[in-house]
Amino acid sequence: MKEETLLSINGVSVAFKINGEFYTAIDDVSLELHRDEVLAIVGESGSGKSTLATTVIGLHNMNATQVTGEINFQGKEILELSEDEFNDIRGDEMGMIFQDPLAALNPLIRIGDQIKESLDVHSDMTEDQKQARVHELLDQVGIPHPERVAKQFPHQLSGGMRQRIIIAIAIANKPQLIIADEPTTALDVTIQAQILDLLKDIQRENHAGIILITHDLGVVAEVADTVAVMYAGEIVEQAPVETLFNNPKHPYTRSLLRAMPTIDSESDELYVVEGAVPSIKDMDRNSDLFAPRIPWTKPDVGHPVLKEIAPNHYVRGESWREFKFKDEL
Amino acid sequence: MTVLMEIKDLKVHYPIRSGFWNRITDYVYAADGISFTIEAGKTYGLVGESGSGKSTIGKAIVGLEKITGGEIIYNGEDVSKPSVRNKMKYNKDVQMIFQDSLSSLNPKKTIYQIIAEPIRNFDKMDKESEKQRVIELLDIVGLSKNAMYQYPHQFSGGQRQRIGIARAIATNPKLIIADEPVSALDLSIQAQVLNFMKRIQKELGISFLFISHDLGVVRHMTENIAIMHLGRFVELGTREDIYNNPQHIYTKRLLSAIPQIDIANREANKAKRAQVEAEYQEKRSHFYDKDGLAYPMHQISDTHWVSTPPTQNSEGTGK
Repeated sequence: MKEETLLSINGVSVAFKINGEFYTAIDDVSLELHRDEVLAIVGESGSGKSTLATTVIGLHNMNATQVTGEINFQGKEILELSEDEFNDIRGDEMGMIFQDPLAALNPLIRIGDQIKESLDVHSDMTEDQKQARVHELLDQVGIPHPERVAKQFPHQLSGGMRQRIIIAIAIANKPQLIIADEPTTALDVTIQAQILDLLKDIQRENHAGIILITHDLGVVAEVADTVAVMYAGEIVEQAPVETLFNNPKHPYTRSLLRAMPTIDSESDELYVVEGAVPSIKDMDRNSDLFAPRIPWTKPDVGHPVLKEIAPNHYVRGESWREFKFKDEL
Repeated sequence: MTVLMEIKDLKVHYPIRSGFWNRITDYVYAADGISFTIEAGKTYGLVGESGSGKSTIGKAIVGLEKITGGEIIYNGEDVSKPSVRNKMKYNKDVQMIFQDSLSSLNPKKTIYQIIAEPIRNFDKMDKESEKQRVIELLDIVGLSKNAMYQYPHQFSGGQRQRIGIARAIATNPKLIIADEPVSALDLSIQAQVLNFMKRIQKELGISFLFISHDLGVVRHMTENIAIMHLGRFVELGTREDIYNNPQHIYTKRLLSAIPQIDIANREANKAKRAQVEAEYQEKRSHFYDKDGLAYPMHQISDTHWVSTPPTQNSEGTGK
């Protein structure tokens, strides 16, 4: 597994400007992604998981965003790239799959032309070659009658089909890194299973690395190799997928796993995490941010740090050692 | 066991118009020959993919959808006609919770106005007792009374969904139809809303029709489950019938597609899923008629009904 490092994120913090002041949305995140690896980033809305993805692919409005730290992608410091240099990488070596396929596709442009666009920019193929590649891509993502679909418009396709088009665009130039932000959230379970299998197949072919952003722990358990759990802009736990599900340590991870209605859960009450994720204006970065949601547990003093408690298993702070759910007290 | 509502051969067909004269050229069979019974105080799940017609059934029951054929019998009367519904104050007894909590609450009204509206429509109350009732309802769904003077945008998604629940239970309904009430919510908030719904259902003895594509949620919330595909029921039974003894290939396919938290057997699960999918593709023509629609259901046990091809089980009674 531990092969060539594709992407390394080092101490990245992101702050957004709100009414003239900067507020931290992501605080000192470090992650590594290797080839052939699926790294899942899990968290609730407001945890900063999508912000992290947009930072890696450089889609922030730089006038209102402060990014510090280092992101190294295949030997390049991408935070130091100019907009033009970044444009060369984006859509070529990096592909992004968005959550809402209808919003990500231009309603007025035919499917084939939208896929061809990234080939126009990043390759020197002839028109005929591009045409052939478009059909090949549509076929690869499992769309029947590629020639016909290439001439259609987004509204003529179903949600699952549109998501496949987004994937076709993202992989058009055989990217080394695929960032998938909730790729299956809007889809039915049967289609979700197909799309996840498809992503895995594409990854195998290109030896790509995938960052999968999701709040669905079932999806994580199905496809991820490594999981990072984010809360309030920080990683609170990071571990190989088996460890995270079989031996979770941080109270937040354990709470999430408990809140899930599973096929096997017969209990009447689902576990509820008290309170809510704080808004970024109210986060006190010098405190234990999850502590207010487990008030019966003694919080860490000051700002807890992420520690490696076992090989490749990182947990933030010390309070987890004492943590028990209310009904276990 | 009291029967609350009986749905008999419900049909909702949408016309497709095309051509020069914009004539009706075909129909979309959104719901086609749906029959089931809702008993008082019980919970029912309606599961299917998008486009299967599950929301259409929910809307038809509350009267938001004009039905093409069939009957919805409530208290001995067919409530599919608006005049009957008005006469018997049907909409007081049957309420709905919607998926999108932001668009189902009027942004220009305060929470007090939103929750008091159904009370004003159906119950004659003076100002003071109306206010007490609103406070009581907010308390049931775990919101403070200060929420009364706020507007929907000031609440989070989970809180808004709870306001929607408060509005739905304001008139002491007998049946609540919940159309994907938690699919837009985060896991921890989803758990909170589901717990509320379950508690309210038990305490107030309301019947629930829970429409969802999430089989985990449906299993947690409901005792009886119907699986819907392409406008028809393919399988109907208790939770145990559906999850432990699925009969129809489509039910099996849906169940196998649920992501499993079972990392050790990840590859085995994947292989099993591929096998079920292959079986589905192979036997599809056998289980569906020449138009691709499911056959009528036949009873295989006291509680369990399955759509089976006509040659098999021809002795069974159709439903």
